[in-house]
Amino acid sequence: MHIRALELAREGKEVPEEIKGAAIFHCGPIMRKTENGWTVVAAGPTTSARMNKLEAEFIQRFGIRAVIGKGGMSPEVAQAMKENGCVYLAATGGAAISLAEGLARCTGVEWEDLGMAEAMWKFQTQRFGPLIVAIDAEGNSLYQKVNESLKRRIACGIRLPRPAGRGR
Amino acid sequence: MTTIKLPETVDQVVVNLLRLANTKLPMDIGWALEAAAGWETGEIASTQLGAIMENVKKAEHLGFPMCQDTGIPVFYVRGRFDSSIGKQIAEGVRRATEEIPLRPNTVDPITRENQGSNLGPGMPIIHYIPTDDPFTEITVLPKGAGSENMTRLAMLNPADGLEGVKRFVIDSVLNAGGRPCPPSIVGVGIGGTSDICAAMAKEALLVPIDEENPDKTLASLEEELFMKLNESGLGPMGLGGQTTVLGVRIKKACCHTASLPVCVNIGCWATRRASARISEDGVKYAQGVKF
Repeated sequence: MHIRALELAREGKEVPEEIKGAAIFHCGPIMRKTENGWTVVAAGPTTSARMNKLEAEFIQRFGIRAVIGKGGMSPEVAQAMKENGCVYLAATGGAAISLAEGLARCTGVEWEDLGMAEAMWKFQTQRFGPLIVAIDAEGNSLYQKVNESLKRRIACGIRLPRPAGRGR
Repeated sequence: MTTIKLPETVDQVVVNLLRLANTKLPMDIGWALEAAAGWETGEIASTQLGAIMENVKKAEHLGFPMCQDTGIPVFYVRGRFDSSIGKQIAEGVRRATEEIPLRPNTVDPITRENQGSNLGPGMPIIHYIPTDDPFTEITVLPKGAGSENMTRLAMLNPADGLEGVKRFVIDSVLNAGGRPCPPSIVGVGIGGTSDICAAMAKEALLVPIDEENPDKTLASLEEELFMKLNESGLGPMGLGGQTTVLGVRIKKACCHTASLPVCVNIGCWATRRASARISEDGVKYAQGVKF
């Protein structure tokens, strides 16, 4: 849906009104059609890095206020968040049933031709979470912080070149 | 392990297997998560593990898939079977996609068109292992893309040795960061040819994490990598913490004297697996069969 929305916007065409100023959840849900419309079966976050190339423009064009996903996003996206007053919220990967409970009501779907996982689903939420602020509106990234402390540990952790089993 | 006496068709067994795998976490992984929650001290890490365990309980109770990415089901068929079994498994996948339901995940790689059935050219993926055993054993490993996309293969120089293998595994897991949904299970293949090495890395995920590796060298390598990865600080979902992996499982095969292939296939915390053994006595289901 990122590509579809950006293509339409670049051509000056209409995009669904709800995108503007929205919270975007990186998720390809399992949905089920019932008599009362669509209900959500399972909806955990998907890997946000897949949207790295698109998200900075997406945030800027549509005034996105929060991006919810897993695994974090690139420094370019963090910069766009800083410039546009947006935050990245980390949801627990795989916690699809608990998170689906927070998506209280499905209010519609756009671009079903993209398939269930890639279509744009619209929800009203209630007690959706837990969510961790992992990139704040100043562009500070928890992932980057963890990653920087990791690198040091690889350097000291790997320091046991044991010629195991060889030269015997 | 439950025994069902009624004769069942293979497609029904496959529906049952996919339902079991997707809605119930294997017990060895559940125990490892509980142990991790006990030793984890960080607030964020504890929140993540708590959310995971709550979700696992709800999914099992409701009978819904624990994760929305119900993956690409990878099948292993072992024992006695004939060539019709592939079609029967495909029918099981089609039915399960509707009945459980599973998310339709398979698309054409060029047009990205989704047929909605989890089938299509090349699907479902089935590994055949014929044996003389008096049964047919079907195992399924639904593999989500978050973890599968982090698969790494290296054709190392034999001079890189065991140290090179360790470095490659550690780098692969840490570079993947939070993307494969840690705490993960790390499947490693060492040796073979490139294709066999990748197959071994995935098959390693089928081995329960509480089972001791009969090969002592591999067992100590698993232990060492497990300790190092958990000392890394990556933590659940890559948000920091002491639990980066729940287990490391290694398989090896002989390789060319001039080669040292290594493949890392990461399983997310929800490494789902289920097996069915079909014999004259009926069908038995389990969630931890070794290969």
